[in-house]
Amino acid sequence: MPASLWQTLSAPFRMVSVQAKQLIKRFGDTTVLSGVDLDIPDGEFAVLVGPSGCGKSTLLRLLAGLERVSEGTIHFGERDVTTLEPRERDIAMVFQSYALYPHMSVRKNLEFGLRLRKTDAATMAARVEEVAKMLDISHLLERLPRALSGGQRQRVAMGRAIVRRPALFLFDEPLSNLDPALRAQVRVEIRRLHDQLGVTSVYVTHDQVEAMTLADVLYVLEGGEVQQRGRPIDIYREPANCFVAKFLGSPAMNLSEVELRRESVAQQPERPWFAGQFPVATPAAFAQLEPGRRVFAGVRPHDLTLATDGAGDLELQVEVVETLGPELTVHGKLRAGTSPNSGPDQAYVAVLPAEHRVARGDTLALKVEHLHLFDAVTQRTLRC
Amino acid sequence: MTRRADLLESLAAHAVVILAVCFSLYPILWVVSLAFSGSTSLEPQVLPIPVEPTLEPMREVVGATRTGPDGAEIWLFGRQLLNSVVVSIATAVVGVSIAIPTAYAFARFEFVGRREGMRLLLATQMFPAVASAVPLFMILETLELLNTRTGLVLCYASTSVPFAVFQLRSAFEAIPIDLEEAAMVDGATRFEAFVRVVLPVARPAIAVTFLFAFMTAYNEFILAATLLDDELAFTLPVVLQRFIGEYDARWDLFAAGAIVVSLPVMLLFYQVQRHMVAGLGAGGVKG
Repeated sequence: MPASLWQTLSAPFRMVSVQAKQLIKRFGDTTVLSGVDLDIPDGEFAVLVGPSGCGKSTLLRLLAGLERVSEGTIHFGERDVTTLEPRERDIAMVFQSYALYPHMSVRKNLEFGLRLRKTDAATMAARVEEVAKMLDISHLLERLPRALSGGQRQRVAMGRAIVRRPALFLFDEPLSNLDPALRAQVRVEIRRLHDQLGVTSVYVTHDQVEAMTLADVLYVLEGGEVQQRGRPIDIYREPANCFVAKFLGSPAMNLSEVELRRESVAQQPERPWFAGQFPVATPAAFAQLEPGRRVFAGVRPHDLTLATDGAGDLELQVEVVETLGPELTVHGKLRAGTSPNSGPDQAYVAVLPAEHRVARGDTLALKVEHLHLFDAVTQRTLRC
Repeated sequence: MTRRADLLESLAAHAVVILAVCFSLYPILWVVSLAFSGSTSLEPQVLPIPVEPTLEPMREVVGATRTGPDGAEIWLFGRQLLNSVVVSIATAVVGVSIAIPTAYAFARFEFVGRREGMRLLLATQMFPAVASAVPLFMILETLELLNTRTGLVLCYASTSVPFAVFQLRSAFEAIPIDLEEAAMVDGATRFEAFVRVVLPVARPAIAVTFLFAFMTAYNEFILAATLLDDELAFTLPVVLQRFIGEYDARWDLFAAGAIVVSLPVMLLFYQVQRHMVAGLGAGGVKG
């Protein structure tokens, strides 16, 4: 896509900020969202991520006006849109199914929204041409949706959203019907599109790669609540609770429930805490934590390294090794004696550079480079 | 598989198909033969070939006339054909027009009595048409609509609505709701989304439903025979039946009439068969 085409956009896009306060959505007796706050500044790309049934799609539909809020307010900029119809909200939405009108050509699909707004023919033609060039679908304009491939349909759906120049883009898992290679490509294009157009966007996905790569601001949802909000990298580094820790990052973080104990302070004065039988020195930052407290000790697979001197924090009995080009994903069990209280054979995963020769049955001595601790009851992070 | 085996399989398949075609065509050929035979009775004959081919029965059916109240000659058959066509088209138009919004409501909206309403509509289909003939007669008599096309259309439309609703509801349900939501986000009201997106996408199903309503009305006999007693108001099925009287059976006229009556429906079928096929696959509309 040549950059000059982007500059042919004659009028700038408008932008709005999105504020939602204490959104509650109930369907009958079921509460799907229980008090969600959103604060998305002008021009930011916000991603709502979470497992199936966490309420993320419902939240997007509330923003679109396709569902009514049970309680709470939604503002786009200064405008209170809580009770407005979708057509009055100045938004565009890309659906998971693309939702292209099957009886209309690609051109008619793109023109649909402009026609409803009584745009004159010349402007309409110019806008459609512009967007078609931008998305490289000019040659498809006279085709019906059924004659397009999945990737092409996806582009048309994007085109239909862009051509109207809305103040807010909403994306409902737009890549989930594409094959993985195409998905990666379109993901980059969506981000590029956003950087060029600068329109505030809200994007729903359950795919953490999309979430991490696309978001300026990431909302992790679970059980109808926002579990954590922030920059993707901050959330990855400092997950607020066990759920976020498990959900973001692939492979998922290893979590073990342990009891804190003070040991060997003399030997390692700068790392004065051990996590129960899970013999990992806790960082000095956790020094105030009282002994005997039950916690979840979390270690990301990428935060495990092979101990070169043979004296690691953990010993891993290797069961399966997956080779992924530059990395090895090593699945195994923590060896008895080094395993946490929760049992003698906890499953554990480590990601190591591919140059290591690791085989089934090996016992690896691993060093923990970074340890996360969560309260065992509240499951919240223990930050000091 | 060898060439020989291929050939045998092909022959066997063709034999089965030819047999099936003969089986279904034989009675029709018999009617055709009777229509052109000039024989007024049913004589057992193995091969349906007219002994003395003649166009006389056809001429007699189509050319039937009658003197009107003002003394002018009326082309009776033309009038009766017009009755059938007008009544059938009007029935289909009225029935489908009522069924479309009803079916959409059943498909898309939650309301009290939604399930019960649908069951009730279906239940009306369980009663034979005869059951309602007498009440309908009395109603039409009170409304002075006996022997009128309007009266017949009202009766037919009311009986065609439940089935049409049932059929169209499934068609609307098969249309992804995303399409309507996309239209509404694009700037359409719910009604605009319905008219501009749902109706065009459901067109094949609507065409099939229209055809069904048309055919049911066109072929209906019992109500027509009950509600009409003026020759000028007759629809074609009633006309056909009149050829077979208690004391006098004109099978040649019946056969000729049957062929003439079938022609419009055959033409209609031919025209809309494209939609029929699309309508049967109406679920495959996902964008």
